[in-house]
Amino acid sequence: MNESIVKTIGVAFAVCLICSLVVSTSAVSLRDLQKENKLNDKRIKILQVADIYDPSISIAEQFSELESKFIDFNTGLMMDEYNNFSIDEYDQIVVTKDPNLSSKVPSSEDIAIIKNRENVGKIYILRDEVGTIDKLVLPIRGYGLWGTLYGYISIEEDFNTVSGIEFYDHKETPGLGAEVDNPKWKAQWKGKKIYKDNKVNLAVIKGKVEAGDSESSYKIDGLSGATITSRGVTNMVAYWFGESGYSSLLRELNYES
Amino acid sequence: MNLKKYQDVIVKPLIDENPITLQILGICSALAVTNNLSVTMVMCVAVISVISFSNLFISLIRNYIPSSIRIIVQMTIIASLVIVVDELLKAYDYETSKKLSVFVGLIITNCIVMGRAEAFAMKEKPLLSFLDGLGNGIGYSLILIAVATIRELFGAGTLFGYEILPLISNGGWYMGNNLLLLPPSSFIIIGLFIWLIRSLKSDQVEEDDFFVSKHSTSPDLSKREINV
Repeated sequence: MNESIVKTIGVAFAVCLICSLVVSTSAVSLRDLQKENKLNDKRIKILQVADIYDPSISIAEQFSELESKFIDFNTGLMMDEYNNFSIDEYDQIVVTKDPNLSSKVPSSEDIAIIKNRENVGKIYILRDEVGTIDKLVLPIRGYGLWGTLYGYISIEEDFNTVSGIEFYDHKETPGLGAEVDNPKWKAQWKGKKIYKDNKVNLAVIKGKVEAGDSESSYKIDGLSGATITSRGVTNMVAYWFGESGYSSLLRELNYES
Repeated sequence: MNLKKYQDVIVKPLIDENPITLQILGICSALAVTNNLSVTMVMCVAVISVISFSNLFISLIRNYIPSSIRIIVQMTIIASLVIVVDELLKAYDYETSKKLSVFVGLIITNCIVMGRAEAFAMKEKPLLSFLDGLGNGIGYSLILIAVATIRELFGAGTLFGYEILPLISNGGWYMGNNLLLLPPSSFIIIGLFIWLIRSLKSDQVEEDDFFVSKHSTSPDLSKREINV
């Protein structure tokens, strides 16, 4: 009898047991590979934005050329240690869910709509042979049209000139907002200036930057058909290079050099 | 052994009983993942394997499934297969799995999978069910690939990411059609496919569900008094 209660419960139990075994086996056995994929994906973006990526060399090896540092957003100071976190494992996005390690961004200041900002961030430094800072790679994030864009921006040793930008995660429309991944568009960022009279002036404008515009070094071509994504990127830059972002760090570094 | 039967379950779903164009199932994913051909191909492989194996496993235990819980048993098997496929993608093709994001998980809700399980695998033998899944999966894939080819070629000027029609924004001559990059365009393209297939194979045309009766004589508006 297929319809008896005992049989029904028995079949349900057996199906659940077998299915859960299959699912958990696949999840556990593939976990390490997946973790590595995720980490490598991020690391490739960091290497690309620092303009030192070479696909023929192992990612771990290339990545060791970069120095990772904690940075305290309140003081703008770089630190080698923070609580008991190992710097390689510290994830500033995960930390934003912990109220002890992050702070709520007041809505009036939250132009990039990130809601919570970690108290301590993580940045990457590329040094030249002598040991002076050549490039800084700074994580940035902010809301676009469909979701938060996560990326990195790198800046030159004058702490004002952009060297590159990369996004490693976003949900923008393919062909429109997702053109933030277009190499041509990203290439424009190289050499643009961020600050003018100590204020963030760099912005993604609407339409194309006109030739001969005296302000052109502060302007990036808009993404056509993606006004809201473009505005999101502008706000992201304004937030992360503003007072609650990296501006105190950059000021400190400028004093030193 | 009736070979014709085996052949039929694979060949029929390709055009004659295509799950998308005849049964109008699985439209959701057809809209979502067809703006890029390489992503579409991965999605097709995922769907083909899920349908085939869900049909196989359900057919294997079909005689033991109590009919009161048959749907939930089918769902459990389908969902488990989809999770396994998702995990495999994340491990071995991370780039594509990032682009497919939630749509791999949504194969669970793809009506074709559930439809074949309920309509076919619950009654037929395992091998035949497996082949039926394969046929339906391929039928689904044919339409998806056709839609994706049109969308990617005329929307972004590329195929598999390689430039075919150089875009103006990259210094070429082709102005990409942005509508094709948005999901609603698949609706239009699939609609055109259905039109084409049903014009060629008129036996697919459905009978009208109801008839519109003729107008009763319209009231003569000019004679009405209008109070302003």
